[in-house]
Amino acid sequence: MAKTKLSDELVPKPFVSRFQRGAIYLLLVVGAFLSLFPFYYMFVQASQPSSEVLRFPPHLWFGSAAWSNIQGLFANGFGRSLFNSAFIAVVYASLSVFIASLAGYAFAKFRFRGRSILFGMFLLVLMIPYHVTAVPLFQLMAKITLFGDPTWISSYQAVILPALANPFGIFLMRQSMQSLPDDLLDAARIDGAGEWRVFTSVALPTMRPTLAALAIYSFMFQWNSFFWPLIIMRDKAMETLPVRINALVGLSIIDYGQLMMGTALTTLPIMMIFIAFQRQFISGALAGAVKG
Amino acid sequence: MGSQLLTPAERRHQWRRRLTPYMFLLPALLIFGIFMLYPIIASLQLSFESQLNPNSGFSLDNYRRLFGDTVFRKALINTVFLLVFQVPLQLGLAMVLAVLLNSAVLKFRTAFRLIYFLPAITALFAVALIFRLLLNDEKGLINYVLNGLGVQPVPWLTNAWPAKFSLVMAITWRWTGYNMVIYLASLQSIPTELYEAAELDGAGAWAKFWAITVPMMRPTILLTTVLSTIGTLQIFDEPYLLTRSGPSNETLSMATLLYRTAFQNAEFNYASAIAYAMVLIIAVFSLLQFRIAQRGED
Repeated sequence: MAKTKLSDELVPKPFVSRFQRGAIYLLLVVGAFLSLFPFYYMFVQASQPSSEVLRFPPHLWFGSAAWSNIQGLFANGFGRSLFNSAFIAVVYASLSVFIASLAGYAFAKFRFRGRSILFGMFLLVLMIPYHVTAVPLFQLMAKITLFGDPTWISSYQAVILPALANPFGIFLMRQSMQSLPDDLLDAARIDGAGEWRVFTSVALPTMRPTLAALAIYSFMFQWNSFFWPLIIMRDKAMETLPVRINALVGLSIIDYGQLMMGTALTTLPIMMIFIAFQRQFISGALAGAVKG
Repeated sequence: MGSQLLTPAERRHQWRRRLTPYMFLLPALLIFGIFMLYPIIASLQLSFESQLNPNSGFSLDNYRRLFGDTVFRKALINTVFLLVFQVPLQLGLAMVLAVLLNSAVLKFRTAFRLIYFLPAITALFAVALIFRLLLNDEKGLINYVLNGLGVQPVPWLTNAWPAKFSLVMAITWRWTGYNMVIYLASLQSIPTELYEAAELDGAGAWAKFWAITVPMMRPTILLTTVLSTIGTLQIFDEPYLLTRSGPSNETLSMATLLYRTAFQNAEFNYASAIAYAMVLIIAVFSLLQFRIAQRGED
């Protein structure tokens, strides 16, 4: 596929009349409204007392119960879940980016026996639904008694470890490490740097934008993840945010105000990171799709 | 370079260079082997052990049961139904938005892109819960609006067809912007000269779209189709939280059935067979789409 320099005006203007342009703007604004409104509604309902959330007609403006909903949530173990989610996501993001950059570097910058078979194996797993691993992983976690835990069920490592060797991350790091000039690495080697030094002080620093994009992607993946934590985190003290909120949905009397506040508080950090690092977010999304 | 000419120190050095890539790969390989490869194989093995007599050796019991299981059939049909409606809807909308955004809006493009992408960063469980409120049968906002327009309220979450449609709505909201951003990037890599040449030939916007945009974007369209298909076939969070698989299993998906079988009914062997049926179905759908795309190219 031929590539040209990106330009902002691709379709020449004369072909879009003023009327057409107005209609297009209108459609796009309607789309933007539909895109944003559920968020607005979430925040509005998060500020209502429970009795007011499912009221007819529905509230469309903020209520006064935001603070009491937050207090109610924290009285319900929300603080601990917040810590669990943050701890798991940060540790996961740091470790998985590190492991992916090590592996990506090996695949991009060395020729060795088994390279294409190993790389193909990582890619193949991308096609297999991760649900397949759930049952054996659960049984495995129930058996391991390392690090003094009675079992690994309801442990941080049970959530962090399984997806740590992320094939998508390895693929992404390999792609961007390939653009690293061999001369640069060889120059460092001639200067007497060992392989580890070459990696940490020459290769890694040039990869900062990709590392940032991958770290953000990994953090978000783990923060939002629901299926596996729901299975493995069976102790209330170890629940992550989505699992805690799911437990609120299962109660016989659902406090919708608290429920929406919990949802809003879980969504808000990701929204703020997204707005601050928009470019990295979008390049992460595109790397998976366009480059492949 | 003949290795016999090397001094012992040089030979040691060469050994170390040869070992280096494996050392870099070691952490990834260890974790991958233990927590992905092993479970994938163990699951296959579990699926070929009878649920009732687990230690009786190789057995096709689970797969035999799977073929006759009306609940699994329902889950499969529901999941494929979602796929058939939701993938074209979501990708079509994404394409329309991308083309509109690319053609006329120059000033606010970044802002629009940001707004449309926002749902794609939201946790699936959050999307499900927000839509649960919006779609509440008696007191949800959507029925309130319909009521105001003089339309009968729709039992969004308690009736089979509306519940399926509710899932389609929530998923479309979540993923359209994501695909739009991908399409927008792909649109921008199409050389402008192609459009200019077509204009000289008198082609209108519609003709240009079908003659240039679609063929140039074929790889991207194929990729997003395969990705959304794989994603929909594995769908879990939305039916689990939005419709609770109900009413009476009408929105049960393959993954929610897998979860129920394994972790609520503790039928690990049968659940593994369901998991491998999912693998097979996903492989078939992906292959089919690649085939169709290839045929279209000739």
